[in-house]
Amino acid sequence: MTEPRGLWVYAVTEQIPAGSLDQVAGVGGGQVRTVVADGLTAIAEDVPLEEFGEAALRRNLEDLAWLEETARAHHRVIDAVVRQSPVVPMRLATVYSGDASVAAMLAGRADDFRAALGRMSRRQEWGVKVYAAERAEANAAPAHGGTEDTGSGGKGAAYLRRRRDQLSAQQDARRELTVSAELVHGALSQLAVDSALHPPQAPQLTGTSAPMLLNAAYLLDEQRSEDFTAAVGALAKSHPALRLELTGPWPPYSFAGVEQEEEAW
Amino acid sequence: MTDEYVEGTVVPAPERRPVRNPAAPSERIALVDLLDRVLAGGVVVAGEVTLSVADVDLVTVSLRALVTSVSALAGPADGSAHSRADVREPGR
Repeated sequence: MTEPRGLWVYAVTEQIPAGSLDQVAGVGGGQVRTVVADGLTAIAEDVPLEEFGEAALRRNLEDLAWLEETARAHHRVIDAVVRQSPVVPMRLATVYSGDASVAAMLAGRADDFRAALGRMSRRQEWGVKVYAAERAEANAAPAHGGTEDTGSGGKGAAYLRRRRDQLSAQQDARRELTVSAELVHGALSQLAVDSALHPPQAPQLTGTSAPMLLNAAYLLDEQRSEDFTAAVGALAKSHPALRLELTGPWPPYSFAGVEQEEEAW
Repeated sequence: MTDEYVEGTVVPAPERRPVRNPAAPSERIALVDLLDRVLAGGVVVAGEVTLSVADVDLVTVSLRALVTSVSALAGPADGSAHSRADVREPGR
């Protein structure tokens, strides 16, 4: 084949048994293979630059159907690797010109990769999203200001007073929700080796009108995942104004930063 | 034991656990959650990459794509008939 090709890199790991990724379809539909250098293994796939080159990527990343398919394929491969061996996932759309440049990348960052792989060993990422439970929003308004509200100023003033009370009750409720979400995050962080915060997802994307208060990721020792799941359940019970959603286990996407160590809290 | 991907609301009852779904994990994951991770997480290594990721705000790009096509997402699972052109935005 003469069409220009690049190497899509999925992840870096120490080593992986030969043939263990034979059944996994990659982003380009090709065979997933490895590039080895300096005791490290990059999981990669030869991809046509016509679809995965710079100009094509800029275009394709805005095509939701392409993006979804590619993101799922990227994840599928990384997920298959992480079942065998600790991984440092690469960000989506990391494409190198060929084996030599991937090998150079591995060698150039070998110490960082090894340190990161050590951090990921026998650990998993879990996600917790916290929403305001719908009923809390609904109950917030009528909490204050009864109908006996007939102070000076007649009906108009009474209305305004009631309205102001309602608004401040809503503000209080929101503040309380935020504090509760922070408490949840604090409690879950206690169980985790590390945590990271993603921006809350927009309501158009979550499919619920309830505002998302927390979109967090936690890096857990493998053997703590049961404790963690139980803790999420207990926190959901003790914070009835919140709705908690648990996802995972994930490959450690949110904790793979080789360069930025400690910026997430 | 924790290999199966879990997703769902945690029911606030002490003995209940989130349902562990044995279905094909990758396809069950919400796209938004996945994009949070594969677009903003993972390692970025400068070098001979074809596309310098730092040049493109991938998260903005993807969110624009997502928001633009949110009606397509909300549609039925077979709603693949939505034209891809809906997703694309002019500019850049």
